[in-house]
Amino acid sequence: MSVASAIEPTDVLGPALRALPAAPATARVPAPQRPTLPVLPALASLLPGGELRRGMTVAVTGSTALALALLAGPSAAGSWCAVVGVPTLGARAAAELGVRLDRLALIPSPGAQWAAAVAALFDGVDVIAVRPPGRVSGGEARRLAARARERGATLVPLGPWEGAELRLSVSDSQWNGLAAGTGRLHARRLEVSANGRGAAAKPRHAALWLPDGDGGVSAATDLPADLPRLHRAERRRSRAINTSVAG
Amino acid sequence: MPGAVRTIVVWCPDWPVTAAVLAGTAPAGAPVAVLAAGQVMASSAAARSEGVRRGLRRREAQSRCPDLVVLSHDPDTEARLFEPVVRAVEACCAGIEVLRPGLVATAARGPARYYGGETVVLDRLRAACPVPCVVAVADGVFAATLAAQCLPPLRRSADSGPVQSAHAVVPAGGSADFLAPQPIDALGRPELAVLLHRLGLSTLGAFGALSTRDVSTRFGADGALAHRLARGLDARPLAARRPPPELTVGTVFDPPVDRVDTAAFAARALATRFHELLTARGLGCLRLAIVARTEHGQELIRCWRHEGALSATAVADRVRWQLDGWLTAASGPTAGITELRLIPDQVIPHAGQQLGLWGGTGDADDRADRALVRVQGMLGPDAVCTAVPAGGRGAADQLQLVPWGEPRVADRDPDHPWPGRIPAPSPATVLTAAVAVHVSDAAGTPVTVDGRGVLTTPPARLGLADRVEEVAAVTAWAGPWPVDERWWDAATAGRRARFQVVTADGTARLLAISGGRWWVEAVYD
Repeated sequence: MSVASAIEPTDVLGPALRALPAAPATARVPAPQRPTLPVLPALASLLPGGELRRGMTVAVTGSTALALALLAGPSAAGSWCAVVGVPTLGARAAAELGVRLDRLALIPSPGAQWAAAVAALFDGVDVIAVRPPGRVSGGEARRLAARARERGATLVPLGPWEGAELRLSVSDSQWNGLAAGTGRLHARRLEVSANGRGAAAKPRHAALWLPDGDGGVSAATDLPADLPRLHRAERRRSRAINTSVAG
Repeated sequence: MPGAVRTIVVWCPDWPVTAAVLAGTAPAGAPVAVLAAGQVMASSAAARSEGVRRGLRRREAQSRCPDLVVLSHDPDTEARLFEPVVRAVEACCAGIEVLRPGLVATAARGPARYYGGETVVLDRLRAACPVPCVVAVADGVFAATLAAQCLPPLRRSADSGPVQSAHAVVPAGGSADFLAPQPIDALGRPELAVLLHRLGLSTLGAFGALSTRDVSTRFGADGALAHRLARGLDARPLAARRPPPELTVGTVFDPPVDRVDTAAFAARALATRFHELLTARGLGCLRLAIVARTEHGQELIRCWRHEGALSATAVADRVRWQLDGWLTAASGPTAGITELRLIPDQVIPHAGQQLGLWGGTGDADDRADRALVRVQGMLGPDAVCTAVPAGGRGAADQLQLVPWGEPRVADRDPDHPWPGRIPAPSPATVLTAAVAVHVSDAAGTPVTVDGRGVLTTPPARLGLADRVEEVAAVTAWAGPWPVDERWWDAATAGRRARFQVVTADGTARLLAISGGRWWVEAVYD
C-alpha cells in the first residue's frame, strides 16, 4: 500500500464512502423534519399537492384497506405508524399493501383513554390511524388535530371526523376474479372521492386498483365501464349487514 | 493438598423423585422412577420395594413394577426446587457448597463452635430443612456423603409416612477407619472398581493401604485422586458459595405521596441507585417489576420488559409513567403511596450495547419506542402490540399480536406450507368474534355443505341470522374450501368449509360453514 493511499482512505474505498452521510456525531442531533410524508404514487392524485403533509388530518370512510394504503407510503420510507382502536384490523392485508409490520404499533382496545393514548403517540409516531370508540366531540377532535399539527404527525381517523382537512370516501367498489362458484378474489376497483377545506377544497376523484393483481395499489387508468346500477334497496340491505358486522 | 476438613453434608435422598413430587408431576407415595439416558437414575422407596434399582432399563423396571410412574430427568427443575433447601441450610451455616441438587456441604468447625457442638448443628439443620434429609458429619466430603448414604434406608424414606430425618456422626480422625470396610464401588468409578475387584482389592481400606507412588504410576491422576479419597483425605477444599447479592431497592415515603411530580422526583433518585447497584456488578436488567404500596395496604405491581438492558433514564421514565397512570386513573389507589420498590426480575451480564457504525438504532426508532412505552404505562403493557406473521389457514390465524418490547417471534412458523390457507389478497377486517349469518339459494332453502364437501345448492342470498327478512343478493362466490384442522386434539379441532362471497353492493366477505351454521369471518373492505 502506498503512503498516499494510507493517508487518504476515501480514495482507496472509492466514492461510495464519500456518498455516505456525515459523521455519526451529527446524527445525534434530530434532523429537521421534512414537511411532507411520501405516499404511494397511485394515491397522489387524491391529496392536495400530491403528498401527505405532516400535521394534516385525513378522515377515511368506507374502506379499511384504503386507510392502510395511506399508511403504506410513509411506512415504506421508514416512518412509524400506529393503528388505535381497531381490534379487527387484518394486519396481514396491511403487510400486503406495503406497511412494514415491524414499524407498525397496534393498540387494539384503548378504551376510554384513547385520546390520551393518541396524544402520547404523536411524540414518536408519524402516522396514526384511529377509530374512536364513540362519537367524538368537536372540541376533542380540534384538540387532537392541533396536537398533531404541533408535533408534525398525521392523523388518519377511520370514520367521520369533525374539522378534517381532507375526507376520503369510497363511492363504489367492484371485485374481480370471482364468478358463480369459480375463481377467487383477485383485484378490486375502488372509486374514491376526496373533498375537504383549504388547499383541499377542490373535489377530487380517482379510480384505484386496491389491491391490484400483484397485491399493491395502482391507478385504474381505463374509464369506468358502464357498471350495473344497483337497486337502492339492495344497497341498503347490504349496508345493514355491514353495520351490524362492524358493531 | 489439604488434609480432610471436618465437613457437614446435608443429603436429600432420591432428590429427583422428591423434586418431581414437589413440582406436581408425580403423585406422592407412588412408585416413581426417574430415567436419564434410558436408565433408572433415581427411584422412590415404593418402587425400590418392588425391586426397581438404579441402572435398570425402562422395560425391565416396568416389568418389575407394572404401575411404575416413569419420568425423565429434569435437571433445571431439580436445581430450581432445591433452592429453598439451600437457603434453609445457608440460614444456619455460612459458606456452603452445593455439590449437586440434593447434596449440600459446609465446613463444620465454625457452626459447631457457634452453636456449641456438632450434634446441635446437625439437629438444627434437620429441623430447618423443608424436606426430609439426612445429615452427616465426618472428615472430608467423601466420608460425610458416604456416612449419610450408609444410614439404614428405611429411616430415610422420603415418600412414605411422616417426615423422617436422621443424622450420622463419624468421630474426628475416624474417617479412615469408617471408610476401610466400605466396598470399593463407593468410589463412584465403575471401571476402576471392576479392575480393583479383579486385583483382589474389594474394600476401600485394602485400596488405601497401597503406596501412593504405586497407585499413581499404575492408575494415573484419577487413580491417585481415588486413592486419596479411600484414605479419608479430601480431593480439594470446599468451594463455598457466596450468597446472591440483594438487588432490590426501595424507598419509604413519609408523609405518603399522592402527587405525580413528587413521586417522579423520588423515582429518579431510586432509578439511579438501582442502576448503579446493577452496573457495579456488571449486570443489566431485562425485566423490572415496579411495586408500590399505599397507605391502605394496596399493592400495585407491574412488570416491564425491555429487549436491550434498561438504562437509568429508562427505569426512571417507566416508574414515572406507571405512577402517572395509577395516580390519575379513575380506579387508582385509595390512599397515597407510602413505599416504592424496584425489583430486577430478570438479570443478565451486561456486555455493553454495540451501536451500529452509522447510527444503528435511529433517532426516530428511539422516539417511537419512548412514545409506545409511554402508552404502555397508561394502558398496561399488553395494550400496545406489534403484529407478527404467523402460520395458519384462517384469516385470524395468520397473524399473532406480540406485546411491545417482547421479541417478535410467532408460535407457528409462517414459512411452512399450510395447505388450504386463505389466498392473498387478505381481508382488511378480520372479525374478533364471527357473526352468524344465513345463506339460502334462489328458492329460499338454506344452503349447506355435505359430508364430502359438496355444496347442496348455489348460494343466492345472504342475511343476518336473526333478521331473516333482510337479505342481500349474492353476485359471485367461490368455494367450498374445506379445512379439517387439528382433528387429533378435541379441544382445538375445527372442521369447516370457507367461501368468498361478493354481494350486490360490491362488498366481499369471507364466510365459513361449520356444523351447519354460517359465519362471517372477515370482510374485504
